[in-house]
Amino acid sequence: MFKQWEGFNTDGDWAKEVNVRDFIQRNYTPYEGDDAFLAGPTDRTTKLWEQVMVMMKEELEKGIYDVETKVPSTITSHGPGYIDKDAETIVGFQSDGPLKRNIMPNGGIRTVENSLHAYGYDLDEATKEVFTKYRKTHNDGVFAAYTTAMRKVRSSGIITGLPDAYGRGRIIGDYRRVALYGIDYLIAERQKDKLQLEVNSMSEDIIRLREELTEQMSALKELKAMAKSYGFDISQPAQTAQEAIQWTYFGYLGAVKEQDGAAMSLGRVSSFLDIYIQRDLDNGTITEQEAQEFMDHFVMKLRMVRFLRTPAYNELFSGDPTWVTESIGGMGLDGRTLVTKNSFRILHTLVNLGPAPEPNLTVLWSVNLPENFKLFCSKMSILTSSIQYENDDLMRPYHGDDYGIACCVSAMRIGKQMQFFGARANLAKALLYAINGGKDEKSGEQIGPKFAPVTTEYLEYNDVWEKFLQVMEWLAEVYVGALNVIHYMHDKYCYEKLELALHDKDIIRTFATGIAGLSVVTDAFSAIKNAKVKVIRDDSGLAVDYEIEGDYVAFGNDDDDVDKVACDITEIFMNNIRKHKTYRNSLPTMSILTITSNVVYGKKTGNTPDGRKAGEPFAPGANPMHGRDKRGAVASLNSVAKLPYKHAEDGISYTFSIIPGALGKDDSERYKNLAALMDGYFEKTGQHLNVNVFDRATLLDAMDHPEKYPQLTVRVSGYAVNFIRLTKEQQKDVISRTFHEKF
Amino acid sequence: MIGRVHSIETCGTVDGPGIRFILFMQGCPLRCQYCHNPDSWKATDGQEMDTNKLIKEIVKYKPYMNSSGGGITISGGEPLLQADFVADLFQKCKAEGIHTCIDTSGFVKLDKAAKVLDYTDLVLLDVKSFNPQVYKNVTGVELAPTLEFERILAERNIPVWLRYVLVPNLTDNLDDIEALAKYLTTLSNVERIDVLPFHKMGEFKWSELGYEYKLTDTQEPSAELVNTAKSIFHKYNLPIFGLASIV
Repeated sequence: MFKQWEGFNTDGDWAKEVNVRDFIQRNYTPYEGDDAFLAGPTDRTTKLWEQVMVMMKEELEKGIYDVETKVPSTITSHGPGYIDKDAETIVGFQSDGPLKRNIMPNGGIRTVENSLHAYGYDLDEATKEVFTKYRKTHNDGVFAAYTTAMRKVRSSGIITGLPDAYGRGRIIGDYRRVALYGIDYLIAERQKDKLQLEVNSMSEDIIRLREELTEQMSALKELKAMAKSYGFDISQPAQTAQEAIQWTYFGYLGAVKEQDGAAMSLGRVSSFLDIYIQRDLDNGTITEQEAQEFMDHFVMKLRMVRFLRTPAYNELFSGDPTWVTESIGGMGLDGRTLVTKNSFRILHTLVNLGPAPEPNLTVLWSVNLPENFKLFCSKMSILTSSIQYENDDLMRPYHGDDYGIACCVSAMRIGKQMQFFGARANLAKALLYAINGGKDEKSGEQIGPKFAPVTTEYLEYNDVWEKFLQVMEWLAEVYVGALNVIHYMHDKYCYEKLELALHDKDIIRTFATGIAGLSVVTDAFSAIKNAKVKVIRDDSGLAVDYEIEGDYVAFGNDDDDVDKVACDITEIFMNNIRKHKTYRNSLPTMSILTITSNVVYGKKTGNTPDGRKAGEPFAPGANPMHGRDKRGAVASLNSVAKLPYKHAEDGISYTFSIIPGALGKDDSERYKNLAALMDGYFEKTGQHLNVNVFDRATLLDAMDHPEKYPQLTVRVSGYAVNFIRLTKEQQKDVISRTFHEKF
Repeated sequence: MIGRVHSIETCGTVDGPGIRFILFMQGCPLRCQYCHNPDSWKATDGQEMDTNKLIKEIVKYKPYMNSSGGGITISGGEPLLQADFVADLFQKCKAEGIHTCIDTSGFVKLDKAAKVLDYTDLVLLDVKSFNPQVYKNVTGVELAPTLEFERILAERNIPVWLRYVLVPNLTDNLDDIEALAKYLTTLSNVERIDVLPFHKMGEFKWSELGYEYKLTDTQEPSAELVNTAKSIFHKYNLPIFGLASIV
């Protein structure tokens, strides 16, 4: 037993093996009180944050604040870096200074070069030579193996956003292990793991795993060296609350120095850290003010994680997202709440430092959460629009009580599960391919096999449905194949050795596909069934537009017949995915999530039979199309809540925007009603809810006067962005989306 | 039973407690100058709905009602113009344990309204003015039936949330407001009073429907005027909502 564990209940498995959940369960203090105990920012915090805000303003003007052009990032390549060494209670940056971006060519050297060019920098020639001549990248690997069909679906945009030129992300290291056990113990455990693989019959799986375990141990050693450069010895467990936060952050920092995956999520650390904070508070070694200061400084660091991205990437995922997702609250399997005082503290950073998109604060909601915590969350959402909510009562039976959210909506057991991220298929385009016999509606090019096209003047439901089923079946197969290529190569050329060092040896891998445009397709089928949809063809016979005669009820009005089509499509496409062999026998899953890419998907898709015009954005995630809900917000919630989680286990995103006046007449009513709205939605088995509370006028003003709104944060499908960092197009999309503002 | 419905709003939070399913009925005998739903006036517009079908819709919202202390509110238009329909629907709601509320002007036939009240948990009573002449000027009808309706609600001890729309130069006479406040002190069933500041968000509908909107030049009341009106109710120890904003 370590001396650092003094005062903990060590009567459990966690003291004999790596088992963070067991440690939490035996040592945490559930908190059911209110927010009165919280402390404001210290002068130090305010001063530091003001310095950061100045740097961030400069960053926004220039695009990036500073960048490395020569030395590829590794865990130990850069640093240490500080803002003001004496004032920072939690330290560490990815580079030798704040907001400086690193290059990670293992993903793809062209991406690095293009990104640098976009901001007026040149890649060092020698570095370029290494990664073109001597060292192959993930991107090169993928394109060496892609088939013609895969290239075609990628360039036509029926599948978009594939992680073939950037890091896949969505892997959460269990960074808490660094604090609880120290690095030496973790290395020793890995050595034991590797001894289990001392066999003579070497299958490919064993060879690969032996190599991976070796890589992981070297990453852990590097992490120790990185911490040393900041003057900390993390070979042993953390002793104090400050150390526990610092050790945990070092684990995370090592990961974001080693990888620039699309989503680099944090996990579920706040209630874990509460155990250390509570021990120090009980011992009288820190005050509440100091505890809050540690958390404020920790969050400040998380807000400053940066990756170098291409402009094309930013068009898809605007606002520099890093998805430092932290999962907060939830309920334990034993019925006790996992809400602690530190759940409050981390949300309170939104007040002490002001609103911000990162870390992506995610509350795991249960109808059984303490009422005080529910009201506090509502209050913070109404004040800051910076929180997303996910249904713990729905996910706990699948994932237990120590899972976290990666990226936006993807639940995974911390340290026991990862995913192979797979972007998404554009089902609205798939519908148009069904009508046009596999031809692209924009280019006229034959992308899919030559299916029989629709030839009638008016679309007929059964005809279109049968053809759509065919296209989905074809699309799923190409899609799975492309993902198999990508993840094979990612493991080979861009392996996440530190993140996976902070996992168990044997883990669950999910194969996370996704779909976009579900509400467009559902509405199209409703229009075909309940109104008349006339096909307009161009000279070559290609269907390019549609005229709707009559009215139809759209998805989002809680109409069971219409909503059933959305549920059926979800299940059918998922079952198509399930038919195929996946890389490393990963478990296929699917999300209904677009992030901000609903704008780009819309751009790449022609006129659709629901009445949507070419180029117009899709609704984000699983949202109903805007302007088509006639029955108010709760009817929309009910429609989305019907989508089957068991066939979309990677998450179903719903973004909800409401004006304060539509939540009640005063603050107390609004807090209560918003909490009740979430209770209701999650009882109806909705999975995810982004909550925005503001007036449309505020957003319009922010478009015209961005300088007045440096911290205005809005939630978009699955993450939050700084509103003024969105492109004008995306800003307009956010504003035109359904605002629930009935009086 | 069939009734004529203007529209449905599933996220009502300002017409009674909690989150409410709001059914806006079609048809109204009043012609209030500031009405923001003039499209609900004509009894022949709207769409027919059946209470048997509606109740199946409504129960889908019970989780939100239960978590918020909400329920159903039937508004309009004037819900009590279709009293049989409302009574039938409320009876079905009560069988499902749903809290029921009507939003009415009180300008109703009492015998018809009585059976609705058998199934009503709360009444939002809109008193447009306590001065009979002003009332007539604002609404086109008499004040007396509303007061009679309120008397019956008090007799039956049905809770009332009283609503008063404050319109500058129309319903802002402080003596009239004081008279209303005094009258309310004689009643035991008023649980809450809302002073609602006049707004013009419905103005566009008037011109769409070809009606002449008389309040185009009327401004929204100032915060001070709203507070002055509220403080009159407060002076009489009445349960005025939004007390915190009273300086």
